[in-house]
Amino acid sequence: MPALTRWFIKSAMIFFVAAMAVRLLQSINTFGVASPFISALGPIYFHMFLVGWVTQLIFGVVFWMFPKYSSENPRRSERLGWITFWLINIGLGLRVISEPIISLQPGTFWGWVLALSALLQWLAGLGFVINTWGRVKVK
Amino acid sequence: MPLLSAFFIRTGLIYLALGFTFGGLMLFNKGVPVMPAAWSLLPAHIELLLIGWTIQLILGVAFWILPRFSHAPARGKEGLAWISYYMINAGIWVDIFSPLSHDLPWLPLFGRLLEVGSALVFALYAWPRIKATGV
Repeated sequence: MPALTRWFIKSAMIFFVAAMAVRLLQSINTFGVASPFISALGPIYFHMFLVGWVTQLIFGVVFWMFPKYSSENPRRSERLGWITFWLINIGLGLRVISEPIISLQPGTFWGWVLALSALLQWLAGLGFVINTWGRVKVK
Repeated sequence: MPLLSAFFIRTGLIYLALGFTFGGLMLFNKGVPVMPAAWSLLPAHIELLLIGWTIQLILGVAFWILPRFSHAPARGKEGLAWISYYMINAGIWVDIFSPLSHDLPWLPLFGRLLEVGSALVFALYAWPRIKATGV
């Protein structure tokens, strides 16, 4: 499989384990170890699971297995693929750090970090759509 | 890939772009509250990414790669799969716009009914293709 697919899938695996770990933390929280920080991790768990794990696994496999774009550029733009990879990982990483913090301390600098993470993940989604669109073709 | 798979996947890609846009707007607003109305996009965000993108990608790839029949038509009753495509997309749009139609309380039910129907029709279509190779 191509290098970018390996990076997507390995990063997805890391987010998969991390999402499960957050879920474990949340269940520990129900045993009276009440921590507002852990309580604020709900949206993080969902998005580590659905964006970090499921979406990245899909992105990696699509980049690898979808029909070739052309003989010169079988995977369309490798460069855009790598940009997508870094945008989604940095974006989601910033979200994981900043979202629980702003849940406890709204209106701080971390709000802008969360807004930046939103922008980076949105651009990653568009990058994937642009790079994949031309590879969805009828034979 | 076959035409129907391209329809499923390209429609899914459009929903992916829309779903990420809605999610991005909500997340941006969570960090820097500039448009409180962004939160009303949450049901559409979930619908677009879960049903519109993920499920349609799965259905499109399934139609493409499940074992084909050794006799014509190689992909079986394709008409059923097309019906499933139209039903799921109608269901998605009804579901997205139903919160806006307060005078039509049955609309969300109708949207979900279309989606269940789509799932049932696709399952009926795909069932015979889930088979050993060469049969």
